Amino acid sequence: MGRTLAEKVWEQHVVRRAEGEPDLLYIDLHLVHEVTSPQAFDGLRMAGRKVRRPDLTIATEDHNVPTLAGPISDPVSKTQVETLRKNCAEFGIRLHPMGDAGQGVVHIIGPQFGLTQPGMTIVCGDSHTSTHGAFGGIAFGIGTSEVEHVLATQTLPAYRPKTMAIEVSGELPTGVTAKDLILAIIAKIGTGGGQGYIVEYRGEAIRKLSMEGRMTVCNMSIEAGARAGLIAPDETTFGYLKGRPHAPTGAAWDAAVEYWKSLATDDDAVFDTVVEIDASTLTPFVTWGTNPGQGAPLGTAVPVPEETDDPAAARRALEYMGLTAGTPLREIAVDTVFVGSCTNGRLEDLRAAAEVLRGRKVVTRTLIVPGSMLVKLQAEQEGLHEVFKAAGAEWREAGCSMCLGMNPDTLAPGERSASTSNRNFEGRQGKGGRTHLVSPAVAAATAVTGKLTAPADLA
Amino acid sequence: MEAFTTHTGRVVPLRRSNVDTDQIIPAVWLKQVSRTGFEKGLFSAWREDPGFVLNQPAYQGASILVSGPDFGTGSSREHAVWALQQYGFRVVIAARFGDIFRNNATKMGLLPVVLPAETVEALQSAAEADPTLEVTVDLGERQVRWAGESAGFEIDDYTRWRLMEGLDDIGLTLRNADDIAAYENGRQSWLPTTV
Repeated sequence: MGRTLAEKVWEQHVVRRAEGEPDLLYIDLHLVHEVTSPQAFDGLRMAGRKVRRPDLTIATEDHNVPTLAGPISDPVSKTQVETLRKNCAEFGIRLHPMGDAGQGVVHIIGPQFGLTQPGMTIVCGDSHTSTHGAFGGIAFGIGTSEVEHVLATQTLPAYRPKTMAIEVSGELPTGVTAKDLILAIIAKIGTGGGQGYIVEYRGEAIRKLSMEGRMTVCNMSIEAGARAGLIAPDETTFGYLKGRPHAPTGAAWDAAVEYWKSLATDDDAVFDTVVEIDASTLTPFVTWGTNPGQGAPLGTAVPVPEETDDPAAARRALEYMGLTAGTPLREIAVDTVFVGSCTNGRLEDLRAAAEVLRGRKVVTRTLIVPGSMLVKLQAEQEGLHEVFKAAGAEWREAGCSMCLGMNPDTLAPGERSASTSNRNFEGRQGKGGRTHLVSPAVAAATAVTGKLTAPADLA
Repeated sequence: MEAFTTHTGRVVPLRRSNVDTDQIIPAVWLKQVSRTGFEKGLFSAWREDPGFVLNQPAYQGASILVSGPDFGTGSSREHAVWALQQYGFRVVIAARFGDIFRNNATKMGLLPVVLPAETVEALQSAAEADPTLEVTVDLGERQVRWAGESAGFEIDDYTRWRLMEGLDDIGLTLRNADDIAAYENGRQSWLPTTV
């Protein structure tokens, strides 16, 4: 019987397999940031251990960093960032600190450097590590104990998850993006639908996505409960990688591509579960509730709790969100628009927002936060920052920013946002804040009207 | 890691689904660089409501949290496990857990127990009717027992053994350092390094 892509990549990384034990899996790349690493480095020090492979480890400052130029004013955040600097210096790990041209959100910089490649195993103390699966590897988030384990051993003990195929047939209609697709998938299978699985996204609509769109899809696998999501590499993948600083060159490139081409699910492989979705039926999708599965097409209305799968949760969500069942989603007024994050902070996302904002004015507070300093530079080279500023939006420095509000970019209690990030949990963007997850294009159109809006609605 | 064999304690019934780790401990608490003091952040937004179950005098000192399904979804923050443990919980029972949370919990010796939704519901009702109800979670027998009732749960042999012995994963893995070195020798030369 054939094997799935996930099974192939997994098998390639098994260091040790013994009856009755989890596999010991080799980790090709470990990404580190300031929030989930300090206690892991402390653990190494206490046990007198070293980092086994600093050359397979890279760190950046992202969660705490302010997006207005200048130093960190919060002393606790400052200590955390300084702790990362000390740890990286002590253990010999490459770090991209604030102000560095390579700094950015951890899941943006890996692919940008060409460090994220097909067939690799990649981990990070961050659940959105699933992003890197867009290149055809197994990438997943881990906790601090596992961060310490990978630092010390470059391996992880793990049981191979089951496999799920999400087959996306047809083509996304004009104006419908990778973000709308993944929000629709999460609404379909639920926040627990992917628990215990690695998801492979397949089908015509996936093949037609750019690498950046594929990263958006894989990024939110965890919001459907799946620790990892992946997409088989193809010419789009190879084209993205070629020429990047850490991509192979010359004969090594040819050898790598030959191997990468073998990284596809065999025709006779069997998935444990298959989910089918027709991309051509999709429209812009937004969330109304307090988990990413509580979403609906923008053209519909706030649902009646009793008509949902989990009425108690829906009632609670509507109360928290200050919404009334039956209200058209297009009538929901927002105070703030956030474009950025590891989900939608890449160049194509900024282009999509700029296209909508060109020649228009925003009526909400609008934060445009590039995912990395390189994305910022590229956007400025294209003049996107001028479009944003002319529209009245704020053009910021790179970081996680309002996705989780660990820096000063937060919502006030009761404030409502349209956000291109990945989580609409209670208080995620600031205590009492209310979040609607949207695509960059919908975010920009919403900034223009002040209500949830698709670009096609604009005159 | 503290070993876990059998634990008997009282129950906090948390009748909510999708209790994500942002609720268990909001991001503002993650700025600490130490491993202690997280109990203050546990459910800190929800605890502002005097009616929240953790604020009810009857449930003070309880050590088993029984939640609705999909407990611990979302962010990978292990701080959620630390907060629960430092507050005094030894066990969380739910019908479904977020994968990363469940993994983090077993690394720290907080036992995640999966029971069918109806059994979870029955336990919650029993604890609401009688907050002094004592529940025993027996990892050796893979069984939860209360008021003459019992329910079995599944956990793989390896994780069970590691929890019962209180073993440190890193120490176990380093016993296989030769296997790791042998694997490294066979890695493809084109694979990237960060230097």
